[in-house]
Amino acid sequence: MHARTETASDSQPAWPEEIFSTLQRFDVRQVPYVPDAGHSQLIERVLGSATMRGIPLTTEEEGVALLLGAWAGGQRGVLLMQSSGVGNCINMLSLTQVFRFPFLTLVTMRGEWGEFNPWQVPMGSNTQAAFELCGVKVLRATHPEEVREVVEAGAAQAYNAATPTAVLLSQRLIGAKVFVK
Amino acid sequence: MSKANLLDRRAVVSELLKNRNGAIAVGGLGASTYDIAAAGDDARNFYLWGAMGGAVMIGLGLALAQPKLPVIVITGDGEMLMGLGSLATVGAQKPANLSIVVLDNEAYGETGGQVSHTAASVDLVSVAKACGIADSRAITTVAEVETFALSLKEANRGPRFANVKIDGANLERVLSNRDGTFIVNRLRGSLGYQPI
Repeated sequence: MHARTETASDSQPAWPEEIFSTLQRFDVRQVPYVPDAGHSQLIERVLGSATMRGIPLTTEEEGVALLLGAWAGGQRGVLLMQSSGVGNCINMLSLTQVFRFPFLTLVTMRGEWGEFNPWQVPMGSNTQAAFELCGVKVLRATHPEEVREVVEAGAAQAYNAATPTAVLLSQRLIGAKVFVK
Repeated sequence: MSKANLLDRRAVVSELLKNRNGAIAVGGLGASTYDIAAAGDDARNFYLWGAMGGAVMIGLGLALAQPKLPVIVITGDGEMLMGLGSLATVGAQKPANLSIVVLDNEAYGETGGQVSHTAASVDLVSVAKACGIADSRAITTVAEVETFALSLKEANRGPRFANVKIDGANLERVLSNRDGTFIVNRLRGSLGYQPI
């Protein structure tokens, strides 16, 4: 297990940059997000991008509806959130079934692999099951070297086959958050 | 509470969508969707039959994707109350081509007329203003509807928000299409996009 801290790391991991490149290749334009430390590097890249628009949300379900609007208007999007936010999306995920639009979300996991905070465990433990109950296919990346191909596969099936897809980015990949006094 | 001289919802929506200049109209679930259907079916009508609280966000996604087209979200007070946070998100993005119209009958008409928060305490115009939507107004007269209807056909100087106090009468339902894949692909087709 490796740890993540609140201070900037000396060497940033490569996988967030690989996700960014993949999203660029798939011509993703709208990137709604509720911030998570595990997504911070990717969010910075999106906000600095000339082709993508980062859109901060007040709650995750807004992002599901926004992506439908984006698709209706001819643009692809991806929703970035943390596992606890998945529970906030449940009814809005109906849109993925009714409209059968290309829905992709990248979810950083909490509540597993060395978690410190018990409040993260209930939703983190049920994230995959909640998605599957709502008809969203789930892929998972656990090791840095597999992130690129898992996100590529997720993007391909979401955008090419309109198969609503969530890619879970494991806490093992991101590092358990360290709480220090 | 006096309910005299309140506006007729169908007349308001007809006026808003008259000479629509290619505008896309998103209708919140329930009576707002029926009102848009009553004003005339159109490839650029986006009807919702669920996803309560999502109408403004669908409008925002559309507005950002199609910045040259007016996008008009027409929804009810109950639907708006469920998605108040979306006004904060719109206020942060400030899409110039997005207009949001709330048909406020101070009640949940589709479920038996239970009173909503706008009857008691909530002022949605103040909420929208406080969220950063500078052009937020209360509408109570036909003349105000007509003026607002003209401004929202332009894809600039938004975002706009209007709360229209309407008569609470439950009108005959005008049932729109409710197949999502049809609705979204018809709209995309009108914009020049193909199905997958």
